[in-house]
Amino acid sequence: MVTEKDVEHIGELADIGIAAAELATFTGQFNAIVEYFDILDRVHGEGLVTRDLYNVLREDEVTPSLSLEEATRNAGAQEDGFIKAPRVM
Amino acid sequence: MAAHTIHFEPDDRYNAFLKVCKTPTHGDGKLAGVAVAVKDNISTQGIETTCASKILKGYIPPYDAHAVSLLKTAGAAIAGKTNMDEFGMGTSTENSAFGPTLNPCDTDRVPGGSSGGSAAAVAAGMVRMALGTDTGGSIRCPAAFCGIVGLKPTYGRVSRFGLIAYANSLETIGPMAKNVADVSLLMSVIAGHDKKDTTSHDKQYNHTPSVDIKGLRIGIPQEYFGKGVDPEVASVVRKAIGRLEELGAVTVPCSIPSMEYALAAYYVICTSEASSNLARFDGVRYGPAVDTKKSWHAAYQDARRDGFGPEVRRRIMLGTFALSSGYYGKYYAKAQVARENVRKDFARLFADVDVLCGPTMPTIAFRLGEKSDPLSMYLSDILTVPVNLAGIPAISVPCGKVQGMPVGLQVMGRPFEDERVIDVAYAYEQGAKP
Repeated sequence: MVTEKDVEHIGELADIGIAAAELATFTGQFNAIVEYFDILDRVHGEGLVTRDLYNVLREDEVTPSLSLEEATRNAGAQEDGFIKAPRVM
Repeated sequence: MAAHTIHFEPDDRYNAFLKVCKTPTHGDGKLAGVAVAVKDNISTQGIETTCASKILKGYIPPYDAHAVSLLKTAGAAIAGKTNMDEFGMGTSTENSAFGPTLNPCDTDRVPGGSSGGSAAAVAAGMVRMALGTDTGGSIRCPAAFCGIVGLKPTYGRVSRFGLIAYANSLETIGPMAKNVADVSLLMSVIAGHDKKDTTSHDKQYNHTPSVDIKGLRIGIPQEYFGKGVDPEVASVVRKAIGRLEELGAVTVPCSIPSMEYALAAYYVICTSEASSNLARFDGVRYGPAVDTKKSWHAAYQDARRDGFGPEVRRRIMLGTFALSSGYYGKYYAKAQVARENVRKDFARLFADVDVLCGPTMPTIAFRLGEKSDPLSMYLSDILTVPVNLAGIPAISVPCGKVQGMPVGLQVMGRPFEDERVIDVAYAYEQGAKP
């Protein structure tokens, strides 16, 4: 059973910004979906996922790339060629 | 290279396009002058690419996806960007921030999703071919609902470079068109190795479709005709398989027991990957700007609450939950076991049969607004997600109608035998002609 408090906590972890008015709806939907996921409790077998490609790394060669202007063009806030972000501390 | 121009002003009454390029340029090549529509989660240099999300409004990619570069090299004209469920999350194209796409066969119904815009643009004759993407059925579902052909290639056969990631272990770019020959032609342009995608394989596609299916062994999994599948849809598909038998194929009844867990496993894995992949959308590097005066978390939460639609937020939270401490073993680890079981079931069946056939979707296209609760929408993906979990190729080809709406026959094949599923679809298409 997922509670509104759980959903609030997950919303914080995911930085998804949940409004108080949305909590009940999200919690109800969450419970229906997670209840369906519980079928996985009955799954048995090895969890070793097979892969047919290993260590796919190209040579570390310098190749043409985006210019500073192209790389920053989509950023909403810029200063002196840097992307401006909200303060972390 | 881009020496010519075409004029492209379609009558888009279905909201198939988010962006129309009215005078695209093109060069020479096997797609010279062919207008190709591109799903809006595939990067196009200089053309706004939003994934049908407000959080990417105004984003102009500085580079082309590898598949788009290949289209241009082949002479195609990029006709525009097509509508979709936001970030590919949906089965109806109703989850677009820019309004739903309507099904050209019946405008009261959804076109399927998430590549609904691409399917509608092809079905309505606005473009001859389009690129879609398929994470859990997003090419095959709208192809089935709109009555066109759509191929989900083997994972690794088409580069994902420039495809804006949602669930990268499951998704692939693929071709959509009105007929199998055009799907095959488009596949021949976009397939092949790309060093910018570490999951890319060096397997070119240079195939001419063949109608010869004499002696081909077709497995018919009972689960594809079981609970939840509309009996009328099942009956149309059984008739189509009967036609393949008349054309020389041999059918073999079989079973995929792991399918019981496939849908839950799929949703745990895709939401987990989404929670990680979509963390990059913070309103700092692209999309509408965040208020940089706020603290990091406050700014980030405001941008994501306002920028993402409800289904995207739901999936990011579900994935965060499935990966969180205390639940990882119960959900994510178990889902990986279930995924491996699906892969093993397919491998076991493909030791005996060449392809598997069944319906693409359990029903015909539903009405707009019909599936309002998320779980009932998820359940409609039951017949398409096993293919993505196993990474195998599958095609949907129109095979008849129920209540006037198209039904898709799904043909699934061994890894890297995209050619064979194309041939079976081609044999059916040509053999079913009156």
